Amino acid sequence: MAQLFPKSANVLAPASIVALLLAGGGVVGGLLAVDYAGFNQRRGETIEQPVPFSHEHHVSGLGIDCRYCHTAVEKSATAGIPPTATCYNCHKLIWNEAPMLEPVRSSFRTGQPLRWTKVHDLPDFVYFNHSIHVAKGVGCATCHGAVQKMRLMRSAQPLQMRWCLDCHRNPEKYLRPKEEVFNMDWQPPSNQEELGRELVAKYKVRPRKFLESCGTCHR
Amino acid sequence: MSSLSRAPRGAAAAVAVALLAIGAASGCRQGMYNQPKKKPLSESHFFHDGLSARVPPADTVARGWLRADAAYARGIGPDGKFVSTLPQEVVFSRELLLRGRQRFDVFCSPCHGREGNGLGMIVQRGFKQPPSYHIERLQHQPIGYFFDVMTNGFGQMSSYASQVPVEDRWAIAAYIRALQLSQHAVVADLPQRDRDALAAATAATVASPAAAAQTEPSR
Ligand code: HEC
Ligand code: HEC
Ligand code: HEC
Ligand code: HEC
Ligand code: HEC
Ligand code: HEC
Repeated sequence: MAQLFPKSANVLAPASIVALLLAGGGVVGGLLAVDYAGFNQRRGETIEQPVPFSHEHHVSGLGIDCRYCHTAVEKSATAGIPPTATCYNCHKLIWNEAPMLEPVRSSFRTGQPLRWTKVHDLPDFVYFNHSIHVAKGVGCATCHGAVQKMRLMRSAQPLQMRWCLDCHRNPEKYLRPKEEVFNMDWQPPSNQEELGRELVAKYKVRPRKFLESCGTCHR
Repeated sequence: MSSLSRAPRGAAAAVAVALLAIGAASGCRQGMYNQPKKKPLSESHFFHDGLSARVPPADTVARGWLRADAAYARGIGPDGKFVSTLPQEVVFSRELLLRGRQRFDVFCSPCHGREGNGLGMIVQRGFKQPPSYHIERLQHQPIGYFFDVMTNGFGQMSSYASQVPVEDRWAIAAYIRALQLSQHAVVADLPQRDRDALAAATAATVASPAAAAQTEPSR
């Protein structure tokens, strides 16, 4: 019977398997690298919004506290985006003819809400809660960066699981006194780790075992 | 030989599945990422106003939200006039005043200024100037009046009922009283410790007025 495969097939067959595995590994590795580096995250990008709202202007320019607009941040899971009525508190008299603010005025007239697009968007299978972080001394700036310098909102952190865990494993690297949570100019002192450990004890931060268990964030 | 060749085929299949899985996990956001559930403030395509969060129907009260107590919920006493003392639900304490100060600084100081003189940042940028809290007329208003202004608004000032919950409105009202007192206090009102400090500071000023003028008044 004539041989179907030449002799070289003895070498080629295993070699092709190795090649396939290597190529597969390369692709897998590549994708993992993309994910790890966070290139598939929208970090740093700004998004077109109905009104070009500037945190820089309202927070550092006018000195308005985060809680004036994000009223729920200390009490609930979500920080909340202010309703049109909140803008109208001031903009009924200020810049009340500016075309830029027409969407705010028409929203107030008609009762149709402004449609803001989410900048930070965790997958729906992740549970996040603002109030606990605020109560235990994690500052807005630790997770959202220098909001007071953003003309348009962008995400400062990758919001990856790795990033959450980095802090959940070593909260003392990031905690600050509770009174400074809303202070956007707070800088960590040189003895941050020492201060952090004190705060971990003072605020009774739950142990690492709880903070890194899957059920804390996936429930 | 046959058993050997099956194993690599299995491995290739596993690699292919892993590739697909990782591709799906790192790149595209689908399925579990955006689940068909509503989170606070998500959009609805069902209701005409686009809101998934619904407003309770008119003339209904959610459990625990019945505000039948006019003194606490509206600042109006049994005689139909504004109450001149805190309602019994609110306990007067140092904590109440500190809470009031914090909330006042967040919600009122942008217009009324930290001292309540009516010269906040938003007023400097062109908002109508509110009267100072330290004018005769407002000094003689009962505490319930301040609660009412926050709850229902006044002239060009909007209602703050949706941003500031009832208990915080009482804390702010109490703090406004403290602010008013602070601007009209006489030395005899001070505790002995502060009177001593004041006497020492005055003596220093008399001794060297130039030096004293340069030092910031201590808090
Ligand atoms: C005058 C009202 C106002 C104040 C004050 C304010 N914000 Fe905002 N904030 C908004 C509005 C409106 C949006 C939605 C538009 C946007 O994304 O820019 C927003 C969006 C955000 C977002 C992004 C939300 C998303 O889509 O993921 C973050 C984070 C945020 N604010 C943080 C802060 C912090 C921190 C402070 C205090 C330093 C602050 N804000 C003060 C009105 C305000
Ligand atoms: C506490 C008062 C206050 C609130 C609340 C407020 N603003 Fe403003 N905003 C101002 C003032 C004052 C200016 C003008 C600043 C100046 O004259 O320099 C301004 C300016 C603006 C401008 C134009 C200037 C610029 O480029 O930033 C936009 C757009 C704007 N606001 C949007 C909003 C929106 C949207 C909201 C509601 C989420 C809002 N503001 C809530 C006080 C406020
Ligand atoms: C531990 C990190 C962390 C801290 C601290 C934090 N945030 Fe956030 N914030 C997030 C994440 C994560 C999201 C996205 C939530 C989502 O997509 O469900 C978010 C979303 C938001 C949003 C969008 C609306 C919402 O609630 O989803 C606003 C506004 C906001 N944050 C404001 C604030 C303010 C103001 C503070 C300071 C008091 C603060 N955040 C502190 C992580 C944080
Ligand atoms: C900078 C530090 C830091 C970062 C970043 C951070 N956390 Fe936390 N997280 C904490 C601390 C501190 C606690 C409080 C632990 C306690 O309650 O004792 C906490 C608690 C929690 C809890 C417990 C809530 C409860 O009541 O059971 C959840 C859920 C959570 N974090 C989710 C997240 C997620 C999801 C992320 C990433 C998007 C994240 N955290 C990022 C510091 C952080
Ligand atoms: C501190 C909060 C936190 C804890 C604890 C946590 N996760 Fe996650 N997890 C996240 C976040 C945030 C994401 C979303 C990451 C993203 O969008 O890139 C995530 C995503 C995932 C994903 C999907 C990965 C992807 O890229 O789609 C899996 C699977 C997962 N987690 C498994 C686990 C397991 C298993 C554990 C326990 C060992 C765990 N997580 C513990 C926050 C957490
Ligand atoms: C956006 C600016 C603004 C903010 C913020 C604001 N007010 Fe006012 N307030 C005004 C203006 C303007 C008036 C004068 C209204 C008029 O005469 O039309 C006023 C008037 C008042 C008066 C006097 C009413 C009278 O009899 O003359 C009181 C009391 C008052 N405000 C309390 C508060 C309290 C308490 C807060 C915080 C919860 C607050 N305001 C926040 C602008 C503001």
